[in-house]
Amino acid sequence: MKTKDVKIAILRIEGTNCEQESHDAFKRLGANPEFVHLKQLLNIDCNQDEKRDIFDYQCLMIPGGFSAGDYIRAGAIFAARIKSKLQKKLVEFVKQEYPILGICNGFQVLTELGLLPGIDNIVSSSPEACLNINDSNRFECRPTLLKHENNGKCVFSSKIPKNDIRLIPSAHAEGKLLFPLNKQKKCLDALEENDQIVFRYVDPDGNYAGYPWNPNGSISNIAGICNSQGNVFGMMPHPERTFYRHQHPDWTSTGLNDDSGDGRAIFESVLEYICKKI
Amino acid sequence: MFEAKVTVRLKKGISDPEGVNTLKALHLLGFETVKNAKTIRTFDLLIDRKNKSDVKKDVEQMCQRLLTNPVIHTYEIEIEEK
Repeated sequence: MKTKDVKIAILRIEGTNCEQESHDAFKRLGANPEFVHLKQLLNIDCNQDEKRDIFDYQCLMIPGGFSAGDYIRAGAIFAARIKSKLQKKLVEFVKQEYPILGICNGFQVLTELGLLPGIDNIVSSSPEACLNINDSNRFECRPTLLKHENNGKCVFSSKIPKNDIRLIPSAHAEGKLLFPLNKQKKCLDALEENDQIVFRYVDPDGNYAGYPWNPNGSISNIAGICNSQGNVFGMMPHPERTFYRHQHPDWTSTGLNDDSGDGRAIFESVLEYICKKI
Repeated sequence: MFEAKVTVRLKKGISDPEGVNTLKALHLLGFETVKNAKTIRTFDLLIDRKNKSDVKKDVEQMCQRLLTNPVIHTYEIEIEEK
């Protein structure tokens, strides 16, 4: 498949607000993204020509925002609406190794859906992890440094060398990844063993550091994980916000080089995966 | 008709930054006798069912599928006929 033919659904409901830059990231790389309201996939309140099927696309992205006002818990209502009618198709989509990306609120949705962490099964009937309120009890909005730790499982980071440190901004109030307290170590060991840890928060020297380098208190400094197949990926920071080098806060002192930002490789990686797969 | 009251609490050991900050603010306002503050969320649900045990089953499902995340929450359900 050629990049220009790759169709990506940028899924939204009320309160989604990062869809434009997410769409643009794929568009700038020559792919074919489309804004899709969840109602179009659920076939509710839409005209015949607006109806869509998840299998019309080769990739699904749930962008950042405050879907449904973050009521109940961040991402819970978006996830419940997806579960209501789309669960079976979504699981089939994952089984067929199509990629799903969740950024920020999208990561929260994938966790509430039970698609992440996806250690033993493709989907769990109830959430097996939680993105809880930041330890600071504040909305943390600033550049964060992420160390790429994946050994090749995740299809969204294949173009990033291992141990590379990337500057990708965070902007969230609920990003503290947690597993059930009595299974915390077991879950972390399984994630390590299955190569499911993709990014960890670090300081400028690459050390795992506490606040403010880890903006939320996330366990083991985790910023992004994939499922055990590697095709469902969620991260709290926003790679679409450092697509270009000139979006980095220090570009005037470090130079633009080829104007490629630190987040671009996420989108390049998945497009390369899809083009090779299909 | 039944009214179900769902009380959602954070599990023991889960941090409660909202509670901690509330405690700090209460101390700043001079309420130094307050030794702890925890946040709890409640949902009052009006349910059109004939049988109380069916209501209980439904609300259990609601808690598991939407109202709570079992990783961090515990819940209690109280049901009253209206």
